[in-house]
Amino acid sequence: MQISRRSALLGLSSAWSVGRASIALADAPTQKRLVVVILRGALDGLAAVTPYGDPALAGLRGALVLPEPGRPGGLLDMGGFFGLHPALEGMHALYAAGQLLPVHAVAGGYRSRSHFDAQDYMESGAEQRLSSGWLNRAVEAMPGKRAALSVGVTVPLVLRGAAGVGTYAPTGYQALAPDLYARVADLAHDDALLGPVLAEGLKDRGFSGGVLAGMTPSGDRNSVANVAGAAGRLLAAADGPRVAVLEGGGWDTHAGQLQRLVGPLKQLDIGMVALKTALGPAWEQTAVLVMTEFGRTVRVNGTGGTDHGTAGVAFVAGGAVAGGRVAGTWPGLGGGKLFEDRDLSPTTDLRSLAMGLLVGHLGVPASAMPVVFPGLGGVTAEGGLLRA
Amino acid sequence: MDTVTAHALIRFGLGRRGEQPLPTEPVAWLQNQVEADDAVAWDPKLPTTADGLTVLREQYKLNLPQGPALVDPLFRADVAAQTAQLLTTDAPFRERLVWFWANHFTVSIRQGGTNATIGPYIREAIRPNVTGPFYAMLLAVMRHPAMLMYLDNNASVGPNSVVGRAQKRGLNENLARECMELHTVGLGAGYSQTDVTAFAGIISGWSVELNRLFPGFQFREGAHEPGMKTLMGRRFPPGEAGGIAALEFLAHHPATHRHLATRLVRHFVGDEPPEGAVRTIEGVLRDTGGDLGAASVALLHLEAAWTPLTKLRSPLDYAVATLRALDLPADKQVALQGVLGSLGQPLWTAPLPNGWSDMASEWAAPEAMMRRVDWTYSVAGRSERDAMEVAEASLGPLLRPRTREALRGAGSRRDAMTLLLTSPEFQRR
Repeated sequence: MQISRRSALLGLSSAWSVGRASIALADAPTQKRLVVVILRGALDGLAAVTPYGDPALAGLRGALVLPEPGRPGGLLDMGGFFGLHPALEGMHALYAAGQLLPVHAVAGGYRSRSHFDAQDYMESGAEQRLSSGWLNRAVEAMPGKRAALSVGVTVPLVLRGAAGVGTYAPTGYQALAPDLYARVADLAHDDALLGPVLAEGLKDRGFSGGVLAGMTPSGDRNSVANVAGAAGRLLAAADGPRVAVLEGGGWDTHAGQLQRLVGPLKQLDIGMVALKTALGPAWEQTAVLVMTEFGRTVRVNGTGGTDHGTAGVAFVAGGAVAGGRVAGTWPGLGGGKLFEDRDLSPTTDLRSLAMGLLVGHLGVPASAMPVVFPGLGGVTAEGGLLRA
Repeated sequence: MDTVTAHALIRFGLGRRGEQPLPTEPVAWLQNQVEADDAVAWDPKLPTTADGLTVLREQYKLNLPQGPALVDPLFRADVAAQTAQLLTTDAPFRERLVWFWANHFTVSIRQGGTNATIGPYIREAIRPNVTGPFYAMLLAVMRHPAMLMYLDNNASVGPNSVVGRAQKRGLNENLARECMELHTVGLGAGYSQTDVTAFAGIISGWSVELNRLFPGFQFREGAHEPGMKTLMGRRFPPGEAGGIAALEFLAHHPATHRHLATRLVRHFVGDEPPEGAVRTIEGVLRDTGGDLGAASVALLHLEAAWTPLTKLRSPLDYAVATLRALDLPADKQVALQGVLGSLGQPLWTAPLPNGWSDMASEWAAPEAMMRRVDWTYSVAGRSERDAMEVAEASLGPLLRPRTREALRGAGSRRDAMTLLLTSPEFQRR
């Protein structure tokens, strides 16, 4: 398995990006579920949701553009102008069912082309790295919250903060007697760093073990499908957590993008379907936000890949979502429309999507948004993401 | 053992190995590791970079899938040799420096087909330069096939070069960006996208030639972007010399000294590096033209370096210190690399070019810590040593009375060893 610089959760990684996918969960007092999926490394939005109807596309991207819908190896039909990458079959079925809402030309409030800064800002929900993430602050702002629970090996920044978040992951080692665990934790009791962490670890294993016991361990227990499935099962439980974060890498396609992107996209697709399956009826109460730190250059670079860019695509999905269309304002690629003459121009702020889901779906008070996203300025929650 | 000796062994070393003799003058002992030559005698059968690339070429010829296949034995040989060094070295400070710089200049086997060259990269480009001028290490790294392949520069082509015009190819700015952001001046230095693109042009054509008797670095004139370029206000001529000059400029840039000083102090002293300590190291780098040996010695003389140990051992540090403390007999040993993945830090497989974190906040998560406990319990079962003796030998005066009491009250030798090795004081460095 793997681990990410920022967190690697749940032993899951092997499938995403040679191994790096993870989940972390937090409790919140609602029947609504929110899952945030972080694609680390910068997904190429133009490859995932291709604007084949834009007359400037072919001239700028050439060999990276897949055939139009209906042709062999072509994009999947989204009703004209845009086509979905063929590796996203399961998500295409969600789109057809009105449960997938791609939003194009999305970027965070920052303009960094550094993975590391941009991921920090995206997860902090600010134009600087904070010690807590926006999702944790949102959970913290919810009325009457319960103690939190989480699944994974470590906790990504977006979910770090005052609202407690634990982690769970399957383990392959010979188990200790519970009493020895307790003594290990007790020995660290007065250690400010390790004391709380070990106490939480103990609690998580006790709590989460029962829920996950229903898993059928088929194949690789670290696969994305199993990780997403585990997250779905925990979220589905009546007294389970309500907020989860999954993450995976493999998106930094500087070279040979056409081939390299297929694997990560398939894993995303499998994970999304597994999540839906495991959630069962709770899928109707679920919204998923898929986000990445920035998009990639519109033009192909010298090695059949793309370099760090600005706007890209985000996905909103779930039974609670008003999907089946591509949202956002398409800025256009030709006629000097590119940002700094190289990137897709941003027209939707990622924070407006997050706020649309936090307030409209999860019921976080709108008044808490300036705390959840410090320095919001005039950015407001995006409407129309959810079924009426 | 006194406190200074314990700190020397833990903060600047890899943890005491078994009952290895204690240095009588700990600071001089550390300093001597920097000033003496690297004493490691590598097995001559270990591959060179050219060997690695030759095998990689054969693998490409046979059209084997990207997986390990032919290159796997080379990779495993280097893993075995270099992890053995961690577990057995008598010059642990020098070893720490090697792993610090290898992480600073991260190459990961996650991409670029680097399995066959990552071991030689560390032995040839990093290791010989850890006590020399930073510029020498930077140049060795930026011309090493492992780095050129990991960050795609081997295929970067100047769009106005002969090859670029004939084949309509262009730049790949991956290595240029990470070199500026991570390896040298850092993001705060105030450069722009234009500088990144210019630097990518400056080092375009820095590539790898597989098809010759000794494969290796190759400057491809035909793929090099012609013309003068401007990087952070400086003009650099076309050609290979322009790239060398640009690296010299970046290596000696004040922002680079600041960046390196911050990383060194964060690694050896504290997650939040004290400003005074950073300024001291920054000054040493500035005054010595980036002498890494001088900077390493200066670390030993920082007042802040001799305060109580607060840093959390990373999974690699933790597993190494545990195995060194246990000093398992030959028939009971475990493979270090086997455990690193499940503890969260698989060997030479960092997810991104910024390498592994030096911050406790990245490692101190509930499940991650529980896995340390699980693994420790499994290796503790392989030791027949007495936990109290191991505690005295490895921690000395740092052992808390509370832990001592817990060891006395443990129900078995194995339980006691688990309690010792998972105690907060053992997890610090």
